[in-house]
Amino acid sequence: MGILEVKNVGKRFGGLQALSDVNLSVQENTVHAIIGPNGAGKSTLLNCFVGKLIPDTGSVMFNGQSVLGLKPHQINQMGISRVFQTPEIFGDLTVMENVMISCFAKRDGAFRMHPFETVAHERDIVEQAEQMLTDVNMIDKRHMHAASMSRGDKRRLEMAMCLAQEPRLLLLDEPTAGMARADTNNTIDLLKEIKEKRDITMAIIEHDMHVVFSLAERITVLAQGTPLVEDTPENIKGHPKVKEAYLGEAA
Amino acid sequence: MKMLGLSQRDTTFLLIVVFLTLVTPILLQPFPEGSGMATFNAGYPDLMQRFAIFGIFAIGFNILFGLTGYLSFGHAAFLGVGSYSVVWMYKLLGYNVVPGILLAVIVSALFALLIGYVSLRRSGIYFSILTLAFAQMSYNLAYSVLTPLTNGETGLQVYTNDPQVLMGENSPTSPHFFGIVMNESAKLNVGGWEFTFNNGYYFCAIVAILVFYLSLRIFRSPFGLMLRAIKTNQTRLNYTGLNSRPYTLAAFVISGMYAGLAGALMASMDPLAGAERMQWTASGEVVLMTILGGAGTLMGPILGAGFIKYFENIFSKINDNMLHQWFAWMPDGIEDFLIGLSHFFVGKSWHLTLGLLFMLVVIFLPGGLVEGGQRIAKAVRNRRSKGDGAEAQTQPAE
Ligand SMILES: Nc1ncnc2c1ncn2[C@@H]1O[C@H](COP(=O)(O)OP(=O)(O)OP(=O)(O)O)[C@@H](O)[C@H]1O
Ligand SMILES: [Mg+2]
Repeated sequence: MGILEVKNVGKRFGGLQALSDVNLSVQENTVHAIIGPNGAGKSTLLNCFVGKLIPDTGSVMFNGQSVLGLKPHQINQMGISRVFQTPEIFGDLTVMENVMISCFAKRDGAFRMHPFETVAHERDIVEQAEQMLTDVNMIDKRHMHAASMSRGDKRRLEMAMCLAQEPRLLLLDEPTAGMARADTNNTIDLLKEIKEKRDITMAIIEHDMHVVFSLAERITVLAQGTPLVEDTPENIKGHPKVKEAYLGEAA
Repeated sequence: MKMLGLSQRDTTFLLIVVFLTLVTPILLQPFPEGSGMATFNAGYPDLMQRFAIFGIFAIGFNILFGLTGYLSFGHAAFLGVGSYSVVWMYKLLGYNVVPGILLAVIVSALFALLIGYVSLRRSGIYFSILTLAFAQMSYNLAYSVLTPLTNGETGLQVYTNDPQVLMGENSPTSPHFFGIVMNESAKLNVGGWEFTFNNGYYFCAIVAILVFYLSLRIFRSPFGLMLRAIKTNQTRLNYTGLNSRPYTLAAFVISGMYAGLAGALMASMDPLAGAERMQWTASGEVVLMTILGGAGTLMGPILGAGFIKYFENIFSKINDNMLHQWFAWMPDGIEDFLIGLSHFFVGKSWHLTLGLLFMLVVIFLPGGLVEGGQRIAKAVRNRRSKGDGAEAQTQPAE
């Protein structure tokens, strides 16, 4: 049994069958990559895990519990965090505040009325957030306005926010999209480090094969809304079906 | 020095606000009586009361709009609810304002819970329209089916045959706080200056300081942080495991209670309540105050409320006689032309002036008067530190 079990998931947008018959099992403490050409349905699939979309058919079980019909915040509180294709952060707040919000969400749950406490007096939250920022090498940027940072830093911050929640499953949608080579390598190092330091399962969508082969332990290839193959990176590399999906009939 | 759970900076800030509030009757009378400039004095009890009351209204509105970004166009409804509650307590119990104010805050909280629960199912413009619809509904109900409660167009007031069960032989016959009568004042004459220290103003001022302190605490709390997060990126908030709905609802109810309190104080100064207080123009006014002063900042709403109420007073007081005096030195044709032109901007037409001022501020100072103040402070600091190349660090807005 994987920590995430996806059975027969299908999703239709009007006339477009974006997903059909998707079966997928993500094992605990592995990095599972989902690859596939543009429009293959990768983001759509991820959206079905986090409560953004509800699939038309099939089931999605996390840790033995169905997530279908739950709100995004409920699914997050179960232990799934998500990094978006374009970084979603609190742009008007400081880097430190961004991470502290994650720490509060972990400690206090989805809602807590605490109008007369003071953020600055929450020692443990401040310490946790600082530790997290140190871990991702952003501690010197903690007073910066999040919106004013480079895209690479925003991505890094978003990851820090997700990690601060100590999720059991981290979903990453193209974490290196639009990044320069150096930033990409930094991100790979960061993810490797995270993997070594804590027990965490990751499902990662990525176009950059360098990233995929540096990190993934299992790979699922998605094409036109259905999984083609699922295997280890070594076996995927030379797989004829994969070449076909990526390069078209000509290959 | 640190006080009341505030940081050093906030303590200083609070003390400055307290000081300014207490000396307002002196600060607002800079010109001697009878001098030409006396028109620009603002140290009159009813005007100062309005500063404090609209300050409270705007501080509360800012907790919703400034922090979460949800723009309500219906907050005047709570103002009306607050006033009616107080007058009812006068009628039933007596002229002590305390029971009425408590009732007003409770009733407006319940009201806000209902309106907020429904309106917050939508965001953006739809939320604004829903709140506006609720407020207009309340306004119309107050004039129609609810007349037994509101006394319709006449407005709710105290009559001699009202029960007033707590009224003793010697109780004051106008609103009071345990015997301190609101409309009584002490006057102080120094040279040509006259200062009026009005009980009602000080009552409102002390309440205003208390609720300002509360809003300061809310701004600095984890709750306040979540509200600001809602304004920046609600998607991220939800995917971080936080449920934005109860947070926005709590902010809505708190700001509704502030508005109810403001309405209660209006009726505490003048024992009347009318439905016109619930009209959409009153809802719009608090929006203007908050934006003009600086939404999302602590001082902004207070500055905005003071600014609008001050200029409303000045501009609506200007009449033909004064205009003739001012322009008398000009040739006749030009004088008449200028007076004619001024008619668009003064007296009853002062809203045009307000509109222009508002446009200027929004275009040139999107952060409101607070941003203006910060720019001046920064310019001064830069001039002082010129040469050593020290770049003034940008501070989060106060
Ligand atoms: N909300 C939506 N409404 C309608 N069509 C959608 C919606 N979301 C996605 N689609 C369509 O579904 C298909 C799959 O999209 P999806 O974003 O999942 O692809 P992807 O594999 O993530 O591609 P990319 O690599 O470009 O990110 C696309 O054809 C897309 O246009
Ligand atoms: Mg995608």
